Amino acid sequence: MTLTNTDWQALLLSAQVASLAVLVALPFGFAVACLLHFGRFRGKALLEGLVNLPLVLPPVVVGYLLLLGLGTQGLGPLLDRFGLSLLFTWYAAVLAATVVGFPLLVRAIRIGLEGVDPQLIRVSGSLGATRIDTLCNVILPLARRSLVAGGSLMFARSLGEFGATIMIAGNIPGVTQTIPLAIYDYSGMPGGETLAFGLCMASIVLSLTVLIASEQLMKGRWEAKG
Amino acid sequence: MSLYVAVEKTLGNFSLHAEFNSESPTLGLFGPSGSGKSTLFNLLAGTVDPDRGTIRIGERLLFNSATRISLPPRERRIGLVFQQGLLFPHLTVQENLLFGYRRLPRAERRIVPDRVVDVLHLAPLLGRRSLELSGGERQRVALGRALLCSPKLLLLDEPMSALDHRLKGQIIPFLQAVQREFTMPYLLISHSLEEIRMLTDEVLLIEQGVLTGRSHPEEIARQSLGSSAGYQNLVKVESPCKVDGLWTFPWGDQRLHLVDNGSGSPGVCYSLSSRDILLCREHPSAISARNLLSCRVLKTFAYQGHVGIELDCGNGRSLVSQIVSRAARELGLGIGERVYALFKASAFRRVA
Repeated sequence: MTLTNTDWQALLLSAQVASLAVLVALPFGFAVACLLHFGRFRGKALLEGLVNLPLVLPPVVVGYLLLLGLGTQGLGPLLDRFGLSLLFTWYAAVLAATVVGFPLLVRAIRIGLEGVDPQLIRVSGSLGATRIDTLCNVILPLARRSLVAGGSLMFARSLGEFGATIMIAGNIPGVTQTIPLAIYDYSGMPGGETLAFGLCMASIVLSLTVLIASEQLMKGRWEAKG
Repeated sequence: MSLYVAVEKTLGNFSLHAEFNSESPTLGLFGPSGSGKSTLFNLLAGTVDPDRGTIRIGERLLFNSATRISLPPRERRIGLVFQQGLLFPHLTVQENLLFGYRRLPRAERRIVPDRVVDVLHLAPLLGRRSLELSGGERQRVALGRALLCSPKLLLLDEPMSALDHRLKGQIIPFLQAVQREFTMPYLLISHSLEEIRMLTDEVLLIEQGVLTGRSHPEEIARQSLGSSAGYQNLVKVESPCKVDGLWTFPWGDQRLHLVDNGSGSPGVCYSLSSRDILLCREHPSAISARNLLSCRVLKTFAYQGHVGIELDCGNGRSLVSQIVSRAARELGLGIGERVYALFKASAFRRVA
């Protein structure tokens, strides 16, 4: 069982897409989770619904909507003017992974925020910290485990992203072909079973590595002693 | 420090009405749970706004409903110490201590970290995390953290109710030291009369959301003369030593003896019920009680069929004994007369 050059490219691209998607989504995920957890405003239920929508929609639908949004009828011409044509580039794969994985990230962070003692937030205020200060120096460090958990969950989800990716990034070997797309190609090819199996193994190794690494990261300094 | 509070707040079917003005640097707020102590705490801290009223510390107006002034908690300059300590678990003791200090403009920094570490004996704890501290240590750090914001007032919400007697003994002297060393006024909220007596000079009584009285803590203690527990005399131990299984220590000009399996360390405080003190006009001989003090009657006061006798035990030490009215008549004790007070070594109960 060996990996071909294209396989390595797919593997690398998958890791690259998933990492970038998580990095891009983390600050927004934290902000949205805070807004949903602490905020009291009109339309909160609507925002919550919108955030969770990609979780229940078929990824193909998400991909199709993105395709419409970024196409010639949507934001396409505007993006073109700034030289940012996203469609059928690997950035589109990042966008697909971000949108589809975002609800998982927000959910995990919200669980973390629920574990932060509201009294500590009060104490922080009484000690002179502003809201932003408290957010960055009390809430964020106390909820950091959930950021790692949410990030790794989203990373894993991004590695498997297929439907939305094929809609807006296409399946171009070496350019936008991630592991699932490559496996899909192999499965339709005579004698491709061994190749597909090799990539399956590779994707298992990659996912496991991420999960184990995140477990280690989550064993924080103070939690370990508690 | 002068604290002026006149507030009204309704929460569901509970309503709080409180109005007081106090100049006392050590003020207590005493009442049973559910009496409105925590509500008043929240109103002062700024986490909840009163429906109507005014809150002022010195010249600073913190809240006024008429002019729509309501300073947010971070601008109130009130140091909060909670029952559970509430240290930041992700920070070390040192980082916890400096949390407020670092956020305070330089010109406002009246209290320096070194002094706080010194007064509260925090030096050995600085590198630790809050989860590695005992309850008493945690409260000391919380106290230090609040102090380092150079507050105008410390608000202590049941700071000792989560601690056992031994740990309470580790906090009380520090609270007294804080008041003394930094001339820091505090408002202590507590449902323990003993804590109030040890730490405050003036106390506000609160019941069902209404301030029902205001007096010296000692006065309230004396009202318990008629209760089943009696009046509790507080006795502080200094330089104790163990002889024949009893702790013995000097108290004024005389010596006291008590039974305690604990450490008997200096600074420990015990209570002795007025009911456990017998009075004798003549010097008794051959008695089992280990404590026999020669005293003079300082004053007598009647309360609900009992007579409280305040005894001068010399050198500024006094005890209150209680006897039934008939015994008082038979003994015929007059002010200034010599009398012997007897009580067992086992009559002491540790309070802090």
